[in-house]
Parts: sequence; structure tokens; C-alpha cells
Amino acid sequence: MYELNNVTKRYTRGKDTVHALDGIDLTIPDGDRLVIQGPTGGGKSTLLQMLGGLDRPTSGEVVLDGTDLARLSEARLTRVRSESIGFVFQSFNLIPTLTAQENVETALVPLGIKVRERRELAAEALRSVGLGERLGHLPGEMSGGQQQRVAIARALVKKPKVLLADEPTGNLDEGTRDEIMDVLERLWKEHGLTFIMVTHDSTLAKKAPRLATLRKGKITVQENAAT
Amino acid sequence: MFFTYLRRELRRRRKAALVVASGLALGIALVIVVDSVSNGMGKAQDKVLQSLYGLGTDMTVTKAASASTGDAQRPRFRFDAQNNGDDSTQSSDRVMVQGFQTLSASTVAKVGSQSGVSDAVGGLSLQVLKVSGQFTRGRFQQNESGGGFQRGGGTGGPQGEVKGGGADFDVNNYSVYGTDVTKPGLGPLTSSKITSGRTFKATETDAKVVVADSAYAKEKKYKAGSTVTIKGVTFTVIGIATADSGDSAADLYIPLKQAQTLGDAKDKVTTIYVKAADSKKIDSVKSAIQRHVSGTTVTTSADLADTVSGSLSTASSLAADVGTWLSLAVLVAAFLVAGLLTSSAVSRRVREFGTLKALGWRSGRVTRQVVGEAMVNGLVGGALGIALGLAGAYVVTAISPGLQAQVGGGTGGGGGFPGGPGRRTAKTLEVALTAPVSVTTIVLAVGLAVAGGLIAGAFGGWRASRLRPADALRRVE
Repeated sequence: MYELNNVTKRYTRGKDTVHALDGIDLTIPDGDRLVIQGPTGGGKSTLLQMLGGLDRPTSGEVVLDGTDLARLSEARLTRVRSESIGFVFQSFNLIPTLTAQENVETALVPLGIKVRERRELAAEALRSVGLGERLGHLPGEMSGGQQQRVAIARALVKKPKVLLADEPTGNLDEGTRDEIMDVLERLWKEHGLTFIMVTHDSTLAKKAPRLATLRKGKITVQENAAT
Repeated sequence: MFFTYLRRELRRRRKAALVVASGLALGIALVIVVDSVSNGMGKAQDKVLQSLYGLGTDMTVTKAASASTGDAQRPRFRFDAQNNGDDSTQSSDRVMVQGFQTLSASTVAKVGSQSGVSDAVGGLSLQVLKVSGQFTRGRFQQNESGGGFQRGGGTGGPQGEVKGGGADFDVNNYSVYGTDVTKPGLGPLTSSKITSGRTFKATETDAKVVVADSAYAKEKKYKAGSTVTIKGVTFTVIGIATADSGDSAADLYIPLKQAQTLGDAKDKVTTIYVKAADSKKIDSVKSAIQRHVSGTTVTTSADLADTVSGSLSTASSLAADVGTWLSLAVLVAAFLVAGLLTSSAVSRRVREFGTLKALGWRSGRVTRQVVGEAMVNGLVGGALGIALGLAGAYVVTAISPGLQAQVGGGTGGGGGFPGGPGRRTAKTLEVALTAPVSVTTIVLAVGLAVAGGLIAGAFGGWRASRLRPADALRRVE
């Protein structure tokens, strides 16, 4: 479970100070599915970085399962990321020289899993996203949808508690977007994950049980009764 | 994963990798060529120096010749004109101690007892000037027309003139070196090989035996078993020695005691050849001898090397100065280019490394990946450089350009041993330049390759380690 208490993030650019996050208080229970929306520059990606331990707040607490990520050493924070948090990015962020299977394996490398087991787990993860026949393909040899499936397999292969997705369908056409969302929804249910997704897509936002909107660093959360 | 990732990345960026490796290869090849040519110069110089005082000698101890005292040291020859019709040959040799003032034999022991001296042996250098020929008296012929002398001014005697008479003589000038036959491992004879007959036995300390230099033997048609007469003493040629450099230290070598007798220099030597116990402590041994054996001049091979001039010296300076600086400049440039290219490559992979950090890769693992790639570039560059350098050194050795070395010259009279035992004038030797590549050179090249890789890796690794995952991911937007 996440608990964000009075989280602020300020960036200084020259003489100007930008409040990317301005006193955010937010609780995200385990297994929740939260969609974060808002205008560009509203602080969505910054909030996702705080949740993922990729950056530290200027002040406030980002507590994950009782541990304040803001106060952890870099080494421990790296460990939390490697064990508990999966990321899916808008541009897939696959290593272009590694095959689909090897890309998925990169998430298991920090866990010290032996090569053979790593390969088996990666292959299994790829099969679970429908890419069992594409293990040896390089990212350049796959479509955008397939690449995002590899990225999802990479995020979930280590069985994290949290899945953070930053505009996961932003670079995909409508048909592929629905396919990817179906995959994500299925895996969320299967794995019992806490799934937090940033998106501009109103169609996707309407399907979320909880919708958080970020404007000028302030957050408002709505429950979606329709879901 | 490390090697798979490394291999694929290098393959993907093979052009950049080739540029980095080529730069390093060029620098390393230059270092190998310059180093091997310098080695060759050193060997050529050693060869020149060895021809002067033999293998194993680290320094010599001499005493400078005093200023000439006019006629006292100049050889004089007196021949009696023979009676009419007598055409018998007369000869006379003068044996002079050559070059330096003599040192007493006890000095050899004193030098030998100095700290750091492994062995010391004395030698006596002699110069023999032999004049031989016919000297006939002129004949007086009385004028048939009248009496009286045309010469002499007398008026009452018979007239006539002196006809005929004169001299037909040959001058033979050669050098003789008195060597300590009990210590064959030290001294000028060690720079020659016995090519016929044998060398001295340790028991032949006062034997009338001689080893002739091959060039002199050829000129005089000596061979093993021939006899040579020096100042009336007949010596038997027991061996012919050929100097390694083609230029011998003396024309004839005889036992030291015999040389002392011939040169009227009992218990005297002109040069003491010294071998140091540790070749790295030659300077301290030199100081010890200078301090404890006064009135002598100690000359090390380094001192003598300073007197080498000619194209060998020029080429040696060129290799030492221009070659070294050029190699260093290319190496530094190659290291910098490698570092900057690696750093630039990391900048282009910010998102990639940021993603890996987001996945839980520690900075150290990312840095190792970058350094690993740079190291492979360095090693490939090193391998290419070694191949290029070996080829360059092979070409130099194959061409073997001839170099001239002038040794001695103006410093010869100063009491050192430029020019070898007793030589006081400059001598010119021709040596072929080679470029031997030593194991040390290869180790140096490998070391440079690793250093190049590490420097390049340090640039890139430092850049990669400073990346924050959030900074990297921000580029996505």
C-alpha cells in the first residue's frame, strides 16, 4: 500500500521555481487500479517517478508498505525497484541490441537469478503476453504493440507488487491500444497487482475504478461508480 | 548477460568502436616501433662500446697521460750504414706504452676490493713501431781528369765525388695488448671470437704466445702456428680472433707479463677493466673507486656512450626525443578521443541506461558494462597496434639501415677509454640498425591498451554513474 503525505517536488530553473507536486496526500491500497490524468506539465510523470522511487520529493513522505522511499539509501531504493516495482513506458524503452527474451531477462539480472532459470522465466512471461513465438526477435523486428508486450512481460516477470505505466498506449493505434489494455487488465487481475497508470486517453480513464487528476501540482481523486 | 550485451553493443556501434580502436592502435604501434628502434639503437651502441672494451665490462679505470715532454717519449732509431756491397737488412723496434700513464698492478687489487666490484682485471696497451730495411753507405769515386775533392774543400788530395748509398726501409706500426690470461671473462679480448686455433690458457701467464686479430693476421699472413717477433722476442701464434664489430681492440694479444717486459713496464697496467656486482649500481661503484683510488679516471659505458657521435647518435637522439614525444602525443590524443567517444556514446544511451537503473540495475553494474565495452575497444586497439608495431619493427629490421658511430675524438686524451685500450683518436664504426621487439615492449603495449580502455571507460563510466533513472526517463517525453 502506498501512502503519500504532503509530498512536494520543486524544480528550480534559473530564478524560477516550479512546483511540480504541491502537498500531495494520497493513499493507494494494495490491488488498486488508479489512473492519473491531467494536462501536460501538471505533475503526472513527476508523481509516477516518486511512486517508482526514481526521484525523491523535496519534502513529504512516499511510504510503500511501511517504508518511506524518500529516506532510503540509493542502494536500498534500487533494491526496492528491482524487487517490488515494474515499469512500462510510453516508448517501450527496450534495449535495441537484445532479443525479446534477453530484454525481459534484464529485469531479473539484479535479482541474481541463474541464467537457465532466468531464461525460463523470461520465456514464460513472453508466452503470457502472447509472444511465445518471438523470443529471439530483436525490438526492431517487432511492431509497436509487440514491443509494448515485451515491455509488459519485462515489468511483470519479477512478480512485482506494483506496476507503474507511463502512457503505455501513447504510441499505439486504437486497435493495438485496446489489445494492450486488455493484456494489462488481465495481468492486473491475475497477479493481484497495484496498477497505477498515467494517461491522456479519456476512454481509458473512464474505465478506471479510481481516477486521480493532477493540475498545477494539486491532486483530486474520484471514485468511478460505473466500473 | 554482461558479455551478450557487450558483444551486441560493440557490433551495433562498430564504426565508433573501430575509430576508437584504430586511434589506440596507431598510438600503440608508434610506441612499439619507437621503443624497438630505441632498443636497436641501444644494441648498436652496446655493440660499438663492446668493441672497445669487451663484454661484461661496466667501467674502466685509467690514469690520464701526462703532457708530452718532447724528445723524451719520441722513439729514435739508429742504423749503421753498411760497407760497400753489403745489402743485409737491419731492423729495430720500439715498444711504447700507449695512451695513458701506467698504474701499478697493486691498483688492480685495490680497485677489485672496492665495494660493489665483482671483478677487476688489468691490461697493458703497447704500441710497437718497427723499422726494417737496408741502409747502404755512398761510394767515393775519384775524378779521372784530375785530383782533388769536389767536396770537402781540400786541395792536396785526390779529386772525386760520393755516389750511391741511401736507405730502403719499411715502417710497421701495430698495437699489442697485454691481457691477464687468468681472467679471460673480462677485458677487450672478450669482444672477439676465436675463429682459428685457441685462446690463452690460464697457465700461460708468461708464455711466448700470441693471439692475432684476424684483420691483422690476414694482412701479415699469420695463422695458428706462425711466429711473430716483437723487439727480438719470438712469439708463437696460437689463435686468430675476429672482433664482433669488425674493429678489434689491438692487433696482437699477448700475456700481460710478456707485455710488461716488452714495454719495460714491470707490474704496470694502462687500463683496469671493472665488472660491477650489480649493473644497476654502477654509479655508486664509480663513486667508490673515485673516492678510494685517487688520481684515476673512472669511465663507465654511460660516459663513453656520451662520446658516441655520428648518424647513430643523431638517430638515437631522434628516437629518444621526437619519437618519444610523437608517440606520447598520439597516445594522449588517442586516449582522449577514446574517452570522449565513449562519453558521447553514453550520452546517446541515457534512456537505455536510465531504463536499466529503473529496472533495478545498480550504478556499478551499468558502469561495468560501459567500462567493459571500452576495455574491449582498448584490447582490440592493442592487438591491432601490436600487429602494426611488429610489422613496423620487422620492416626496420629488414631494411637494416646502416648507421655510423664515431667514438672518442677530442676526449680521448682525458684519461677515459674512448677509442678502446690506448686509443686516443676518434674511430668510426658502421653498425646496422635493427628494431628488436622485446617482451617488455609487448607487455608495455598491452598495458597501454588496457590503460587506454580504462581511461575511455572511466570517461564513460563516470558519465553513466552520474545518471539518475528519473533524468534518463525524462528524455522519453
